[in-house]
Amino acid sequence: MATAVADRQYELVYILPPETTEQQAGELHEQLESVVTRMNGAIERTENWGRKKLAYDIGHHKEGVYVLEVINGSGDLMKELDRRLRVIDQVVRHMIVRADEEKKVVDRTRSKRQADSERRRVKRGLPPQRQPGEGRPSERDDLDDDRFDGVEV
Amino acid sequence: MAFGQKRSGGRGKADKKSGDKAQGQRRTLFRRRKVCKFCADKIDDINYKDVKLLGPFVPERGKILPRRISGTCAMHQRKLQTAIKRARQIALIPYVTD
Repeated sequence: MATAVADRQYELVYILPPETTEQQAGELHEQLESVVTRMNGAIERTENWGRKKLAYDIGHHKEGVYVLEVINGSGDLMKELDRRLRVIDQVVRHMIVRADEEKKVVDRTRSKRQADSERRRVKRGLPPQRQPGEGRPSERDDLDDDRFDGVEV
Repeated sequence: MAFGQKRSGGRGKADKKSGDKAQGQRRTLFRRRKVCKFCADKIDDINYKDVKLLGPFVPERGKILPRRISGTCAMHQRKLQTAIKRARQIALIPYVTD
């Protein structure tokens, strides 16, 4: 099990009631962290998004405090965390999403595009990176017009 | 053949419309070409946390905007779909609004 520690990354988002204080949120965070470390995981980073309006009512809440945790660990760890979060009344809602696979895909497409463009540019006899002031600005404006902006039906 | 079909490689949307009505033809000719926003802007990461990005694809009613309207390509529509569904789960985007 120890081998499967760092090769998976998950994102955990949970919502706390709006009246939660910083301290309470911190306590919960520590509680989760203890579980994570006990099961050979690590919290990579934590983001507190603060109070946000919910898109729909959950229970009787209209607002909530959002917290995001990026966790490296095994699937068993996330199972355990999921179970615990279900039990904790303080957590209004939570969601666990696997992040590493998507990240890999994103990195791959990004680097592929970069490599492709460099290859094409070299073929055309240009330096691999785009120089400032290159290209036609008028062309870009035209492109902008084509793009979907959410009004046309 | 010179008119009515401005792009031979089009997605078939132009020909479908041209059969509509005679008065619809003018519109067909000047119909805006739709481009996948994510391909054009080179956005690789469609993330559920980015409500600003997802916003235009979720109209007031709360439904996911179909591809035929937004012009998103199949791959990105799929990614968009999962992102929107995740965002709904954690109440960043509504399921329905009446």
